[in-house]
Amino acid sequence: MRSIQKSLDKFEEVGIRPVAISVDPPEVSRDLCQKAGYTFTFLSDPKLDAIGRYDLVHKGQGENGGDIARPAEFLIDSSGAVRWRMLTENYWVRARPEQILEAAKALQ
Amino acid sequence: MKIQKFNWQTWTGFLLSVAALLSYPFVFVRWPITRDFPWANLLLFGVALVLLSVGVKRGFAPGRRSISKIASSIVTVLGVLVLGFFVFTFFIAAKWLPASHGAPQVGQKAPDFTLSDAGGKSVSLSELLSSPLKGSTPEGVLLIFYRGYW
Repeated sequence: MRSIQKSLDKFEEVGIRPVAISVDPPEVSRDLCQKAGYTFTFLSDPKLDAIGRYDLVHKGQGENGGDIARPAEFLIDSSGAVRWRMLTENYWVRARPEQILEAAKALQ
Repeated sequence: MKIQKFNWQTWTGFLLSVAALLSYPFVFVRWPITRDFPWANLLLFGVALVLLSVGVKRGFAPGRRSISKIASSIVTVLGVLVLGFFVFTFFIAAKWLPASHGAPQVGQKAPDFTLSDAGGKSVSLSELLSSPLKGSTPEGVLLIFYRGYW
């Protein structure tokens, strides 16, 4: 998230809108955004609506054994098609802004 | 009884191995170059192991009290366990992720959804794709799914 925020201008320059999604309720996301200074959109998916539809449910990994999302990134073009994705195999390894920007070039 | 010098190598080695563990989530995770592969942490562990082995040698030097042997051995084992925990967490436990075979593939249509934003307002993917970004229609949306902070 930190690296996405740092590169936010670059994303917007190429017309990409970053959107973060987790099971966190809106209040938690609001606090996080305030504390960390995140200015892009954060969506709340406590019922695993989108997380389930994208097959990203990680069972029993949340608070009190609740279900959460596994880390993943998708780049979607204006027609609604997936153009690039990253389903990390290691929790600590995430998409780098350079990788995403490279993929975003193909959308223009 | 003669006064023994403090075995600083053992204790510094141990503290360094703890620092090598904690500096990953608190420091090195911030930059992709130190996050995607924890070489900085492994380097710190390397230095810690050198210090610990020097400390053990010192603890077992002729003329040292037996407490020195015991302490340096226990602390060294603990330091190695910290390294083991780090390796397990990063290289093994971090890979216990669902396979997500049903996740939309490149070229497929991304499933639409409607969720609340941080302000409690309902937003759909199609809205995110069409509402203006810096005054013009966006080229696309980057969805970042994350575990959350609860």
